[in-house]
This record gives sequence, C-alpha cells and structure tokens, in this order.
Amino acid sequence: MASIDIAAIHKSYGIHPVLHGIDLEIKDGEFVVLVGPSGCGKSTLLRMIAGLEAVTDGEIRIDGKRVNDLAPKDRDIAMVFQSYALYPHMSVAKNMSYSLRLRKTAKEKIASVVASAATKLGLDPLMERRPKALSGGQRQRVAMGRAIVREPKAFLFDEPLSNLDARLREQMRAEIKKLHQDLGATSIYVTHDQIEAMTLADRIVAMHGGIIQQVGSPLELYDNPANLFVAGFIGSPGMNFFEGRYLATGDTANFALTGGIVLPLGGTAKLADGSRATLGIRPEHVILGAEGPDTMMATVDLVEPTGFGIIVHLKLGPVAFKAFTLDRRFLGMHGEVAVKLPVPNLHFFNEEGRKV
Amino acid sequence: MTAKRIASVVAHRLAILAYVAFALFPLYWLLKVSVTPNKLLYSEGIKMWPSRTSFEHFEFVLKHSDFPVFFKNSLIVSGSTAIIVTVLASLAGYAMSRFDFRGKYWIVTLMLLTQMFPLVMLVAPIFKILSPLGLTNSLTGLVIVYTAFNVPFATFLMQSFFDGIPKDLEEAAMIDGATQFVAFRQIILPLTLPGIAATLGFVFTAAWSELLFSLMLISGNDAATFPVGLLSFVSKFSVDFGQMMAAGVMALIPACLFFLLIQRYLVQGLTAGAVKG
Ligand SMILES: Nc1ncnc2c1ncn2[C@@H]1O[C@H](COP(=O)(O)OP(=O)(O)OP(=O)(O)O)[C@@H](O)[C@H]1O
Ligand SMILES: [Mg+2]
Repeated sequence: MASIDIAAIHKSYGIHPVLHGIDLEIKDGEFVVLVGPSGCGKSTLLRMIAGLEAVTDGEIRIDGKRVNDLAPKDRDIAMVFQSYALYPHMSVAKNMSYSLRLRKTAKEKIASVVASAATKLGLDPLMERRPKALSGGQRQRVAMGRAIVREPKAFLFDEPLSNLDARLREQMRAEIKKLHQDLGATSIYVTHDQIEAMTLADRIVAMHGGIIQQVGSPLELYDNPANLFVAGFIGSPGMNFFEGRYLATGDTANFALTGGIVLPLGGTAKLADGSRATLGIRPEHVILGAEGPDTMMATVDLVEPTGFGIIVHLKLGPVAFKAFTLDRRFLGMHGEVAVKLPVPNLHFFNEEGRKV
Repeated sequence: MTAKRIASVVAHRLAILAYVAFALFPLYWLLKVSVTPNKLLYSEGIKMWPSRTSFEHFEFVLKHSDFPVFFKNSLIVSGSTAIIVTVLASLAGYAMSRFDFRGKYWIVTLMLLTQMFPLVMLVAPIFKILSPLGLTNSLTGLVIVYTAFNVPFATFLMQSFFDGIPKDLEEAAMIDGATQFVAFRQIILPLTLPGIAATLGFVFTAAWSELLFSLMLISGNDAATFPVGLLSFVSKFSVDFGQMMAAGVMALIPACLFFLLIQRYLVQGLTAGAVKG
C-alpha cells in the first residue's frame, strides 16, 4: 500500500494540451474517485499514473518515490480496464496467475494466492474456462482477481463496471467497496456514474477540461459545490439553474429572472446589488404545494414517476426546472401549482460561475 | 417470400458452383493428362477421362528426371523465404501498428512504392548486384530476392492483424509485469497465429510458383527450382505434356499439405472473448 502524489501534472498530445496542471495527494489506503464529462482527461491521468502514458510536465510519486520514468512493470500497481483486457488464450487461472508467473513466484505460493482470490470472488468453478466462455459479470470478476492476487501498492480502475447491466453494476459496486474495506488498498477509480462515485469514494475529484474543479468528500461536493460545473455534474436529476440579476433592497433581496419574473428571496446573499448571477437549487429542495409568503405559481409540464419518487417538470414563465418529491399526491398533477424555493437551500453563483 | 428466398439461395449456390468449377477445371485437366498413357494422349481426342489410366509419367519423372532435385530446391527456397519473411514482417508489422516513430510515414510510402514496379524492370539490376557477390546460381540468392520482394506486403498484412488486437491486452500485460517485448511474445503473438499462418501461406505459395527470377538468376539444374524445371519438359521439337503434368501434380502436393496444416488457424477467431462480449 502506498500514497500517491501528483504534482503539477501537465499532458499534451502533440500540440493539444489535455491536462493543465493537476495537483492531488492521495493518502495511503484512500479510495479516490475521478469524475467528469467525457474527454476531460480522467483516463489520461490514470494511464499516466500507471505508466502507460508519458508525463509531459510535473511529477508523480508513489510512496514518496518519483516514478515519472519508471516502466509500468516497475511501479507495482494493478489496473482494471473497462474492456477487462483478459488474455483470451489463457484460462481464468492462468489469467489470474500471469503477473505472479512473470515474477517467478514459487508454484505453491501462486496456487494458494490464486485459490484464495478465486474464493473471494466466487470464481472457483470457472478456473479452467477461457474468457470467451464467461459472462460479462464473470469476466469483470476475473479482471478484479487478476488485480488482487499481486497485492500491489495501488489499484487503478478505469470505468470497470460500465459494460455491465444496472443490476450487476449495483452488485459489483458493493463488492468493490467490500474488497476495499478488506484490503484497504489505495485506489483510484474513474467513472461516469454518479452513484458509483458517491457510494465508493472517500474523496471525489471532479474534473472538467483538464482541470480539477473540486476535491472533497461526496457530501461536500453535493451540499457545497464550488462552482456551476460541479453543481450541475453531481446529483441526479441535476440541480436547477436560474439565470438573472440579484437585486438587494435593505435586508431582503429579490432575484430577477431573465424572463422577467422576480423571485422573492426572503434573505440576502453575498452578491453586489444589480450583478448578474446564477441561482441553483436541487430538485428535491423545491417545495411543491407550498403556502404562505414567497410562493410562486408554476405550470406543470410533465410528471415522471420513478417508483421511488416523482420528478415533476415545471415552468416559471419561459424558464424550465424540475422538482423531486416522494409525495404520491403529485402523481396526477396538472395545471398550476404553488412552489417555493427555500432560501437555506439556494446556491448562488457569481458571473464567473463560482459559488458565493 | 419463401419461394423467392429459395430461388435466391439456389441462384447463389449455382453461381458459387459455376465459379468453383471454372476455377478448378484447369487442375482437373492437369490431373487427367498426368494419368493418361502416352499412347492415348493424342489418339483419343478430347475426353473428360481417358479410357485407361496409368502412372507411367509419375514413375518416369521420379526415376529418370531431375525433378526430385528441383522439388527439394523449391522446398528449401520457399520454406526459408516464408519463415524469414514472416519473422521480419511480424516484427515490422507490430512496430507499424503500435509505435509512433519519426519517418514512419516515409517508410510506409517507400514500402508501397516498391510494390509499384513491374518485376521485369528489376531483373537486370538485381542480376548486376548479385553476380559480383556470387549469389547468382545459388539458392541463398533466390531466398534473399524473394524475401526482399515479399516483406513489404507481408508487413502490411501483419500490421492489419496486429491492428485488430486491442491495445489494452499488452497494456494489461505490461502492468502485470511484462516488458513490451515479453507482452508481444506471450500475449500478442499467440493471438496473431491466424495472421501468421496466412502470411506464411501467402509467401510460401508466392515463392513456390515464382518463375521469372528463378529463370534469370539460376542456370543449370543444380539450383533450379521446380517452375524452371517444368520448362525442361519443353524441348526444341516437342513438349512432353504427360510428364510435365505429372510433375505439376506433384508440385501441388506441398502447397496443399501446407494449407491443410495452417487452415485451422486461418479460420479460427482467437481474439474472441478478449474484451467485452
Ligand atoms: N492518443 C491520443 N492522442 C491524441 N489525443 C488524445 C489521445 N488520447 C486521448 N486524447 C485526447 O485527450 C482528451 C482526454 O482523453 P481521456 O481519454 O483522458 O478522456 P476521459 O476523461 O477518460 O473520457 P471518457 O470518460 O470518455 O473515457 C480527449 O480530448 C482525447 O481526445
Ligand atoms: Mg476514459
């Protein structure tokens, strides 16, 4: 097990810059999840840590030792690929023992390590099969098994579950978490999946355009997003945004939406009077059927039951937004409904998109 | 719908049958003439099968001609060429497929360029180059020439096979602790066996049936390959068709054996199951 330090990492492919100075310190035993939209450089960063991609500038240290120029085989890390990358001409047992055989480990040691990994992953009856005779979930397990037999310094995962169906993904997610609790290995995990990120991570690293946007615990990112990007990326259904102008009048303030509607805020925010800003609120914080002051009438556009709750698509004038509720009374709703945006749950973002 | 489908299937099969018959008829004729006794060869007219067959031509060719020497020479030349070319093309094709290096574009262009010249143009210069080196009239010289001419195409062929193997596999091997070369040898190469078999087969047959260079570079019977040897059945006044065809039939045997040997790999999709299914 080891810590991983990433200092001022830059990466360019030819003249195209992909990563613009990444700084990240990963503690021994930590589970870090990289999230971000497609093409933001998550895989590139992971592959640089693995040694599969050259570092353009900056330094990567594993266990305090600079590894920039070490070959992948000398870094002592394991990686699980999105495609699993199982060796098709080897049996499951051979796939799992390949790394140990390359290291000339004693035969008895290999047999016992592979057997215990197989038991842990429920692969015992499949050991003599070739990968092509396995289901997607079983292949995934073999890929995991191949990584754990070696007890490497760190595990890297590049979207390991994205080829599985939803049910299996849920199951494997839990198994990965359990595995991490058992082994306590430093892990870096790349995913598109919100839930995977939230449930697995000790810390989430949100990336966009080759830059780290925010690093923090899952709930920190959820409750207190640093900017518009993180606010919109974390959470599903995503946060609602209203663009407009902040108008302060004494100790209460209003928010004038670009469509002409004025939202009463019932409190103030740290914004200059008259400045352009974006207001954000998570769908589950929108109160439907509200009474009392500061309520507004919104038009119901569409009602989506998810089983667990209900997503209501609403319109305030021309501005569309969503509400999420567990109250089944709203299932048959149409026409107009009174909504309230409670001030404690509002997020304000200034013109540059930073949270204030 | 079904009637239409059946009709189209039948038409399809008939077309294939016609093609196969067209392609195989010369081989059939070769066989037929080779087993026709000399007496009947000119007297019977055109018949699909002679009224009496005999192996006299085969016997003569094996016992009283230089054919066994030609045959051995051809085997040596074609076999060595196929092996050398395949080894070179595997390494070069892998480099083309996986590495980015300076001048790659120019090397590819150059290799394509070499494929554009008619071989006849090159006979004289090659003779000029080889003769002071003592490589004319030698099997080694032939192997060198054939290798040079076959490597570019074989490299492209191998490259396309390597391109078809996911890069993840050798990256996984490298993370597992292999060097790039070990990953190539232990992971990629076994998966390229169909490609290697195809390349071996292609080069072997190309060298086996090559006539022009063999004819120009080799004089005398000691180092002649069998296509040149076949010409020895053509004398000034007559052509001994029966013996020539018998030699031709025997010359087919190694090529057939070779393809029987490798066809298992040709049809096999070894990469199945490597990545997600
Ligand atoms: N070999 C390469 N040559 C040139 N550009 C590349 C190369 N590999 C990746 N890129 C570029 O680098 C950027 C980051 O790619 P990367 O694969 O890291 O994205 P990602 O965040 O993993 O995306 P995804 O979620 O879709 O996997 C992309 O814009 C991509 O086009
Ligand atoms: Mg990726």
